[in-house]
Amino acid sequence: MIPFDYQRAEDTRSAVATVTARPGAAFLGAGTNLVDHLKLGVAAPDLLVDVSHLPFDMIEPLAGGGVRIGATVRNSDLAVDPVIRQRYPMVSAALLSGASGQLRNVATTAGNLMQRTRCPYFQDVTTPCNKRRPGSGCSALEGYHRDHAILGASRHCVAVHPSDLAVALTALGAVVQVEGVKGARSIPIIDLYRLPDDAPQHDTVLEHGELITAVDLPALPMATRSTYRKVRDRASYAFALVSVAAAVDVERGTVRDVRVALGGVAHKPWRARRAEEALRGAPATDDAFRAAAEAELAGARPLRDNAFKVPMARNTIVATLRELTRREEP
Amino acid sequence: MTTGLTRPDGPAKLTGTAHYAADADTSDALAAALVTTTVPNGRLTALHTADAEAAPGVVRVLTRADLPPLGELSTPPLGFPVPPLLEDTVHHEGEPIAVVLAETWEQARHAATLVRAEYADVTPAVPFGQAEDVVPHGGLVFGETDESKGDVTAGLAAADVSVTATYTTADRHHSPIEPHATLARWDGDQLVLHSSVQSVLFAQAALAALFGVPPENVRVFCPFVGGGFGCKGFVWPHIPLAAAAARVTGRPVKLVLTRAQMFTLAGHQPATRQTVSLGATSDGRLTALRHTSSNASAQLGDYCENTPHGSTWMYASPAIETSTRIQRLHRPGPTPMRSPHEGPGMFALESAMDELAHELGMDPVELRLRNEPEVDPLTGEPFSSRKLVECLREGARRFGWSERNPEIGSMRDGHELIGWGMAAATMDSPRSPSSARLRIDHTGHVVVETGMQEIGTGLPAMVQAVAAETLGCPPEDVAVRHGDSDFPPHTGTFGSMSTMGLGSAVRAAAESALEKLGAEPGDPLAGALAEAGLTELESEGRWSPEGGGMTRGRTGGYSIHTYGSIFVEVRVDPDLGLLRMSRAVGVYAGGRILNPLAARSQMIGGITWGYGQAVLEQSVFEPNLGRFLSKNLAGYIVPVNADIGEIDVSFVDDDDRVASAIGAKGIGELGAVGVSAAIANAVFHATGRRVRDLPIRIHHLLP
Repeated sequence: MIPFDYQRAEDTRSAVATVTARPGAAFLGAGTNLVDHLKLGVAAPDLLVDVSHLPFDMIEPLAGGGVRIGATVRNSDLAVDPVIRQRYPMVSAALLSGASGQLRNVATTAGNLMQRTRCPYFQDVTTPCNKRRPGSGCSALEGYHRDHAILGASRHCVAVHPSDLAVALTALGAVVQVEGVKGARSIPIIDLYRLPDDAPQHDTVLEHGELITAVDLPALPMATRSTYRKVRDRASYAFALVSVAAAVDVERGTVRDVRVALGGVAHKPWRARRAEEALRGAPATDDAFRAAAEAELAGARPLRDNAFKVPMARNTIVATLRELTRREEP
Repeated sequence: MTTGLTRPDGPAKLTGTAHYAADADTSDALAAALVTTTVPNGRLTALHTADAEAAPGVVRVLTRADLPPLGELSTPPLGFPVPPLLEDTVHHEGEPIAVVLAETWEQARHAATLVRAEYADVTPAVPFGQAEDVVPHGGLVFGETDESKGDVTAGLAAADVSVTATYTTADRHHSPIEPHATLARWDGDQLVLHSSVQSVLFAQAALAALFGVPPENVRVFCPFVGGGFGCKGFVWPHIPLAAAAARVTGRPVKLVLTRAQMFTLAGHQPATRQTVSLGATSDGRLTALRHTSSNASAQLGDYCENTPHGSTWMYASPAIETSTRIQRLHRPGPTPMRSPHEGPGMFALESAMDELAHELGMDPVELRLRNEPEVDPLTGEPFSSRKLVECLREGARRFGWSERNPEIGSMRDGHELIGWGMAAATMDSPRSPSSARLRIDHTGHVVVETGMQEIGTGLPAMVQAVAAETLGCPPEDVAVRHGDSDFPPHTGTFGSMSTMGLGSAVRAAAESALEKLGAEPGDPLAGALAEAGLTELESEGRWSPEGGGMTRGRTGGYSIHTYGSIFVEVRVDPDLGLLRMSRAVGVYAGGRILNPLAARSQMIGGITWGYGQAVLEQSVFEPNLGRFLSKNLAGYIVPVNADIGEIDVSFVDDDDRVASAIGAKGIGELGAVGVSAAIANAVFHATGRRVRDLPIRIHHLLP
């Protein structure tokens, strides 16, 4: 292991200042992903600033009906929170579909959002990878890429984002609260994550030293009827091949409003806006769901060995919306 | 004896006091980390070690020139037939080229990343399927490569119905929880080794030969193995490397393989491609059976996965022909993995039998019953015991097979498609010598000592059971000490052989003790000793199959194998291609079952292992880099609890006194056989899709 310094953060301001001032510094949450990277040589920070004990461990109501989730709320606590379970069941379902009980007990909300791709090339320092070593090339493009992106990828990177929580938050239109040396800012989660383009080393738009302090969920009443469906080879403890977070508001058989986001298909959680547009005002039928899914996936550009993800994503969208709308029937 | 014994080693394991190899005292030991090749072939032209040598805590970096001269040795006992540090020619990615020795494991591991290697003449690795099939030679070829009787071509021509299909199985890694670990300590020319191995005997013999010392100068400790599944059967390079490093530095050396190194330096089950042709009369009697196979092998060693072996004794057929070949590729060396040979092989045969049953319009259980042989169909020799028919009938009854609607896609539960499939299972019964020492003290307390390792299967409970049964004393009066090469030798905890060999040896030791005492089973032992005027009695027991050495199942005029049936229910989500096994019934005939509790546990593990083969496990061989890609347990996925539905295991009455003195045969590998075929057959029943390539993944089943 490469030696590094460790500091336990006293407060947000000093933590942000410390990391900003040192190019090789990194924030440490529970470390469920970063510590792996230290061992593998994927990351080699010279200073870890431990922010896991900062006072952001509350889930609180917001004026206007939303809910604020503190950055250090543990995944297990968030998943079983009564307000989250009742008002945003897709968040709870997404969390419980990820990792293992042991990992969820320590993993933080912000850490979950900041985890990095599980692309096997990214995690193996002996292989070329533009995300790990910019300019070295993408090994997955012509290599093994069954688990990789079908939407929004570039020739520089075809990796997918691994977080389940982020997919649900993207469907909800959550807003991420960030502290930096220049002050605080709010970033809609849809804008937090980037597509790879020619700079896949950047997963997000955060500047070095910016720290996520909270995630705000909007009021969004229709989210009480929402869910998260994750398709994977193994029944538990595996990343998504495809996942769907969806909420739907149906009245007399017609879709009044809908939210759909996809996981496992792109460098970022993929908000399915085309599908949402196609569905608003449409009948809540399998045919309409399928047409909407196909509208979204018309832009898919699968790789040599992952074309199966296109029908898988389509069918998962249909199955998830069907499940939600059937639930609404008396 | 049939109630089932809890394990005497259980409390130590649960409380963390069971010592594994890496737990050995290392206060004065150097930590070793291996540097390995990053290319699949070519030549190593330079090694730059200065940066590593200058790193904090580093004591020394060893390359080939630093090693003491080592003796020649074959495979097996070696797992891979090259010197433990590479000099020039690269055979595969992940091959050791240097050993970094440091005061701590972290220092050694970090410094290992600072060693730079240069290579020349590296070319793209040829994938499996694109090299020449060749006849394998040497010690890693188990059984005949070509066997035949009758005229298969004529038999196929005469058949009313025939099927021919090609099946593939994936590269798989054993992935035990405990990685390989070795602590080596020299005292003069005496070597003490703590190593996670499935045979202290092999390790002792190999290290003695390599270092040119008598075997009694090498003492190997391994009481517990944290999972082996075959990858600790042979002696892999890190064991002699740890010993060589200890010799060169004069300090004890501890070498623990990383999880990634477990994927290149401890063997794997190689990918296979098999073709099966079956011909039958319209009433379902086989007229011909041909099973050919090829597997990915390494540049050296010629490891052969003898997949067609089981096809030579499974069904009555006037004509049988098998052949097995390998392709020599730039890959790590394969090794036996639960369940070798028949594990991948029965996927092909039992899938083909299902295809034949479908073509015939016949129930697949009935097809197997109609082809039950009276004697070994290849050799004409008698079976020592064969209860396949009983397994098939009992399995069908327990599963409720008669309720099956044979029509494809006819069984549903709401949205889900239900498939019922079955397969027969068999394993060869290799057997090997074993021995045990038994001591009785004046209180009647019994101690049994043997070189065996407890590998998770419950062997100490088995030893207790046999000793107690023979002596007629309570099992809890018997203590078992194991895993020291100074104890009487046991060949190894692999090949499903331990119960037969060791159980028979313990029985012999106990009978000898009774004879010395002039006592009958059940006589109070303390009293018998007092009567004989003894304070302690010691006896030894040995057992070996005919001929004295290790044998395979066809030996001594008999055909010795184990059998079973496996019935499964799968559920397939027709929209998402999601496959889950909701129910499995396994019925087995594996000789006399000494400890039903442990035996049942073994078979549940085996069926789960087979589910992994069927649905999950695949080590991706990266085409461009020429290496296994995801060398960790996130990229190589094995089943978790949520994957496994209800499993019902039972045994039919069987007692095979040809196989062993105690009527037992081995069952450790049997449970994993046939599961993949039963699942593939159930998938066909549910969906009409015949998947001939393992693992069966979601993308095979998407609409």
